[in-house]
Amino acid sequence: MDAIILQILNGLDKGSAYALIALGLTLIFGTLGVVNFAHGALFVIGAFCAVTLNRIFSISFETTDPTKVDFLGNPATIKTTYLEHWFGAGPAAWMTDWSVPLAILMAIPVMLLVGVIMERGLIKHFYKRPHADQILVTFGLAIVLQEIIKFFYGANPIQTAPPDVFIGTMDLGVWLGFEANAIAYPYWRMVYFLFSTVIIGGVFAFLQFTTFGMVVRAGMADRETVGLLGIDIDKRFTITFAIAATVAGLAGVMYTPITPPTYDIGVELLVLSFVVVVVGGMGSLPGAVLAGFLLGIVESFASMNEVKNILPGIDQIIVYLMAIIVILVRPRGLMGRKGVMED
Amino acid sequence: MLGLEKKDFTLLLIVTVMVIFAPFVLNPFPEGTAMAQMFNAGYPDLMQRFAIFGILVIGFNILFGLTGYLSFGHAAFLGAGSYAAVWMFKLLGYDIIPAILLSIAVSGLFSLAVGYVSLRRSGIYFSILTLALAQMMFNMAYSVLGNPSSSYNLTNGETGLQVYNSDPQVLLSATDPNFPHLFGLSMRSETHLLVGNWDFTLNAGYYLSGLFLLLAFYISIRIFRSPFGLMLRAVKSNQQRLNYTGLNTRPYTLMAFVISGMYAGLAGGLLACMDPLAGAERMHWTASGEIVIMSILGGIGTLIGPILGAGFNEYFKNILSKINDSILHEWLSFLPDGFEDIMVTLIHPFVGKGWHLTLGLLFMMVIIFLPGGLVEGGQRIGKLFRRKKADTPSDETPVE
Repeated sequence: MDAIILQILNGLDKGSAYALIALGLTLIFGTLGVVNFAHGALFVIGAFCAVTLNRIFSISFETTDPTKVDFLGNPATIKTTYLEHWFGAGPAAWMTDWSVPLAILMAIPVMLLVGVIMERGLIKHFYKRPHADQILVTFGLAIVLQEIIKFFYGANPIQTAPPDVFIGTMDLGVWLGFEANAIAYPYWRMVYFLFSTVIIGGVFAFLQFTTFGMVVRAGMADRETVGLLGIDIDKRFTITFAIAATVAGLAGVMYTPITPPTYDIGVELLVLSFVVVVVGGMGSLPGAVLAGFLLGIVESFASMNEVKNILPGIDQIIVYLMAIIVILVRPRGLMGRKGVMED
Repeated sequence: MLGLEKKDFTLLLIVTVMVIFAPFVLNPFPEGTAMAQMFNAGYPDLMQRFAIFGILVIGFNILFGLTGYLSFGHAAFLGAGSYAAVWMFKLLGYDIIPAILLSIAVSGLFSLAVGYVSLRRSGIYFSILTLALAQMMFNMAYSVLGNPSSSYNLTNGETGLQVYNSDPQVLLSATDPNFPHLFGLSMRSETHLLVGNWDFTLNAGYYLSGLFLLLAFYISIRIFRSPFGLMLRAVKSNQQRLNYTGLNTRPYTLMAFVISGMYAGLAGGLLACMDPLAGAERMHWTASGEIVIMSILGGIGTLIGPILGAGFNEYFKNILSKINDSILHEWLSFLPDGFEDIMVTLIHPFVGKGWHLTLGLLFMMVIIFLPGGLVEGGQRIGKLFRRKKADTPSDETPVE
């Protein structure tokens, strides 16, 4: 029993990342009808927002301290970060410690801007072009964005620590009535899961309970009619694209303490997110979220040693196998609607 | 001639001449000069890649160019072909005939299976399905089937599959060269032609690949001009209408998929013949993306486009990755010093290790402004000249 709960928990954090990326993909796909191969790159941009903020916090200037000398006899130089200079030692230490959550504040405007520029500057011109062209141009963009990040940050993974409070594992088993240490779960993964549920809830609430969201949903269902009613649907869709970019970016920011980001993590996540979208059903937002968590959990069960002993390597292919089965049995995916992207 | 129309036969003849004289044409600068080191492409390694990737993209073009189905997993068939060929080297010996035959057959079977599943859907779904299936094959080759300690180690994982002395090689005789060969002619054997300061290398492996390229090109012309090719074009222009007339299109698309998969297998087998080593990274989906890039650069749906695209991509990849800061300084030395440094800093991200960035940008530019690729670019320039000369609107049908 405790092993099962542990695997479900392990699947949740990966599932959260899948669900967040797939949610953004589906939003873009449902509104603009564009398959965004650059969505993985948006996740990476978000992740590197966290890295950048961390670096900004550690920018420092040097002062000489005449009362002390270093080992050569010269006056010692002391490095002080600007952060410390401006805010004092206490707040500066706190801000450095909390740099990953603080990066969210930085990532939101950055991602919104990136999203708007991408949509207005490039993708807008591809609405009338065939799907193949849309895939190809976003694929090209993904390469370019990825290479730009590689140019500035190099190809090696960059460690970014979560706040000290969240380092270590929580003993969930005790709370649920198991023995101590039966279910140990890292704090940050729990934070990531809660964070993603908040974001997913926020996106759904935004679409469900605001007038803007209503128009977007109407546009997803029947774009032409909404346009005929005198609503500038393109403008709303631009903002929707920016929101989807932000969701991917935030998923990236919070993911940095789990896996140190490299310039190409987006590529792997993107392929899996496509699978998630297909399994969930193209154009279905709840489907994307459901399939994201489902595949994350299935993947984590498949990587149990008990399963791997019977079917070696199943953890590497289970996600794809599920996608194939779903496509063959339910071509529209788990929650796909009739008439949405039938081909 | 050869069952071709005059126009197509001329095209085939041009490609034949290109293949035969490539070692000379691609070596325009004398040996030992700086220009030769930078721009000469007439060495066997690179020319083999031109020919082999040409075959690969010609095959991809039969699928994407004719039917419009965009496969994002073609590199998996290339990889499968390579593995099959290396296994033949390991089991039978270095004769390339069984290796190439098996690699085509294996890739054909794989593409039949992948095509059967993924052709149930079209459009975006198809692209994503091929992507997922190819990535699954990559994962299996990389981890499950590549675990050296397990009993079903088919791919040797990260190390890559290669031939060891302890392998059976049952058909190996003492006189055979210790390298892939055709009837004793090693793929590595080459003749140097020294003309003045020029050193031209005529390599057996390159000419074999070139021969296969011509064969592949000829078959692709025949397919383009056949009723079958016409049917594939009909699928591209309006599949729904075909379905309404009571025609089942899937056998046709599946056939096209398998043919292009076999082309990829042939390319993979040839890659293994030139260098008897196969690694899983050949199957990664970014490699599939590169195939797509090559075919788009050249011009999709045209006959000559794939060869141009593959050559262009390989050549510029080669040059761009060779340029470094000191070469840039040398080139820009005519500029004032400060300005020179600025220019070098500006260009630096785009060359050397950053060649991916340049190709990515170029690829985007081509898709945005020139969806027909190099072939369309050539046609536009040609049209421009003709209008200037004759001042009459030309009603030329597009070259295919």
